[in-house]
Amino acid sequence: MTVATGIPMTATPVLHLHNITKRFGPLVANDAISLELRRGEVVALLGENGAGKTTLMNILFGHYVADEGTVEAFGKALPPGDPRAALEAGVGMVHQHFTLADNMTVLENIALGTQSSWSPRFDRATALARIRTLAADFGLAVEPDQTVANLTVGERQRVEILKALYRDARVLILDEPTAVLTPIETEALFATLKKLVASGLSVIFISHKLNEVLAISDRVLVLRAGRLSGERETKGTTRQELAALMIGQEIAPPAIAETAPGPILLECEAVCAPPASGPVGLDGVSLTLRGGEIVGLAGVSGNGQTTLAALLSGIHRPRSGRFRIAGEAVEAWSPAIALQAGVARIPEDRHAVGTIGDMSVTENVIAERYRSPRFSRHGFLDWAAARGFAEELIRDYDVKCPSPEARVRLLSGGNMQKLILGRALDPDPKIILANQPTRGLDVGAIAYVHRRLLEARARGAAVLLISEDLDEILTLSDHVCVMFKGRLSPPSARGERSVRDLAELMAGHGMEAA
Amino acid sequence: MIEALEILFTASFWVAAIRIASPLIFATMGELICERAGVLNLGIEGIMVAGAFTGWFTVYAGGDLWTGIAVAAATGAAFGLLHGTLTVPLGLSQHVVGIGITLLATSLTYFTYRLALPEVTSPPKIDSFQPLEIPLLSDIPLVGPALFAQTPFTYLAFATVAVVGWVLYRTPLGLAVRAVGENPAAVEAQGIGVTATRIGAVMAGSALMAVGGAFLTMSAFNSFFFEMVNGRGWICIALVVFGSWRPGKALLGAVLFAAFDAYQVRLQQVTGGVIPYQLFLMLPYVLSILALILVARRATYPKALMIPYQKGER
Repeated sequence: MTVATGIPMTATPVLHLHNITKRFGPLVANDAISLELRRGEVVALLGENGAGKTTLMNILFGHYVADEGTVEAFGKALPPGDPRAALEAGVGMVHQHFTLADNMTVLENIALGTQSSWSPRFDRATALARIRTLAADFGLAVEPDQTVANLTVGERQRVEILKALYRDARVLILDEPTAVLTPIETEALFATLKKLVASGLSVIFISHKLNEVLAISDRVLVLRAGRLSGERETKGTTRQELAALMIGQEIAPPAIAETAPGPILLECEAVCAPPASGPVGLDGVSLTLRGGEIVGLAGVSGNGQTTLAALLSGIHRPRSGRFRIAGEAVEAWSPAIALQAGVARIPEDRHAVGTIGDMSVTENVIAERYRSPRFSRHGFLDWAAARGFAEELIRDYDVKCPSPEARVRLLSGGNMQKLILGRALDPDPKIILANQPTRGLDVGAIAYVHRRLLEARARGAAVLLISEDLDEILTLSDHVCVMFKGRLSPPSARGERSVRDLAELMAGHGMEAA
Repeated sequence: MIEALEILFTASFWVAAIRIASPLIFATMGELICERAGVLNLGIEGIMVAGAFTGWFTVYAGGDLWTGIAVAAATGAAFGLLHGTLTVPLGLSQHVVGIGITLLATSLTYFTYRLALPEVTSPPKIDSFQPLEIPLLSDIPLVGPALFAQTPFTYLAFATVAVVGWVLYRTPLGLAVRAVGENPAAVEAQGIGVTATRIGAVMAGSALMAVGGAFLTMSAFNSFFFEMVNGRGWICIALVVFGSWRPGKALLGAVLFAAFDAYQVRLQQVTGGVIPYQLFLMLPYVLSILALILVARRATYPKALMIPYQKGER
């Protein structure tokens, strides 16, 4: 028996999805998709956001019921819509949004549901011993008695993996596992996955990041718009080929036009500030933003970027140091004043801060400017103008949404970000704060955001790009700074520092001299 | 002044405090179980009324006292099933459903009372639970009479706290109940039914509330009359917050509140006509609010409290 691409079946499949079709109303999320997973291999499921990867895995795991098709695990059909059956068959899933109870301990989260509900006593000692063994075997360091709320994102993911292993999972499904991890945590995850596969587990790795798929998988299945668009052995394929399969066309890297540096639009000198959230504030930060330039701010998250972004947004105030906008010292400072001074904000968390999920697109796009004469008169909102503006942004920024009345929550991440981008860039801001503008977006949406930021640069705006994605920083930035423990390295011009140099700075080496 | 303090050293004060605390302990444990599973049960006041009546009526109609407690619990569980069905799988507003259950249970009880006893003018009496002195232990000064010369119904209240604490923290079932109140998606992902767990918790909790109501008619007093629950249910909701959703601390809160209540009654007698008695009636509530402000600010509430869970929804 051979599959369509001519790859011979060398081992028995542990998992077999056959012709899965799933519709949500008129949308066909999965269109006759078949997948086979063999023992000890890593299969990557590659595709843009909305390509149907997560839907497929939710069907496999029993969260959704397929309209057509069957799921077999170890040769036996799984009843549809029953997570318990999937668990018992040895299928474990690590969801993109973790399913952990924050106020409970690691041990409680892992052992939940593994002992008979009617047993009179919870057997803690056995659970503890087993977690310790698994953690040691697979390099999943985590303290069983810690409360989950106190764990880092990387540690929470380890708990999720332990949850699956604790139930003797033979198949592990990881949904976008690296979306929330730092590069170092990603490496640790890959090391764990290699150990798991060596011990005979099979892994399905869902991702839209080509580098990672190439680094970890044995085989790649590419989904596009609900259909299987190709299947390749990882060894015999290239980044370009996979990208083409994923989006249906090649995406050229953005062209960076030469610009002459403009006037200084924002200047920080030896600014100190208490932490806006989390433990790290600003410790003598000096930063200059000029018109027509993008300054990239690299660094592992949690090193003061949030505080700096809050400061520029007007949410936070400096404790000491000089802070000037367009040459003038900033006296009073608030989000409203920041907006008036021409600072546009693309916030880090588009769900929690960037938008109000249960309000409409129209209401969201005027959220920053509802008091301007354009949208209100004598204290009454001009809904016609607001709606017109929303329609304009939907058209100009290619936002896919049913109507301006749609609740923002229903938009995909990429479309939400385009909406925020449109809202921020429409008034031609002088200073743009782009905090993690492409986090969690797919290749197409990322290219779109990059293009818009470069357009703003060409128009003479000063852009501060805060990102954990070094590739992004290096591609777009005219100058790069690294942030570490609230301190900022001096800027280096494009091409001046190598990736290795930046990684060293991100780890704190050489920052003392900075 | 001295007299006011002397109250604290009389056995009768502590006996009364523990007696007043008993119904609060049952109902607080019931509310605590519901909220730990993520469901705010504002039906508590009405369920206590219903339990007070059915428990008492069972005995009045010739049943055993313990059968009365069982009937009260079953009444509570039935209202719990109604509450759970409306709030868990249907995901209706827990506030609206809770208030609705309170109104329904209260009115239905009064209606049934009138139907069952159309002729009576003064509330009929039953042979209620009598104090059971535990040898030796009840001879300890102060503590003895307070804790070991109460009715068996009070002993049951304290046993309930121990059982609830054990089940919540030491059994797989309790783990599932707590987890479903923290993150139902986590429970679902581990193969446990969210709906069944929540409805079960609401039924168990409501049963305890009804038993708390039955204490009033079967141990504290020996007859049923209207308005006898008198806001105790609402106090229990505050006590759950006061206890930071922990059985032991909630028990402490219930005893503390009851002690304030017992104290103000005695203080009225000491200070006589000097201070208006309404001020004393107010005392336990004022002190409760103060205690809540001090204690509850740091409390970590169940993260999924009042958030309905719909399977497969994004």
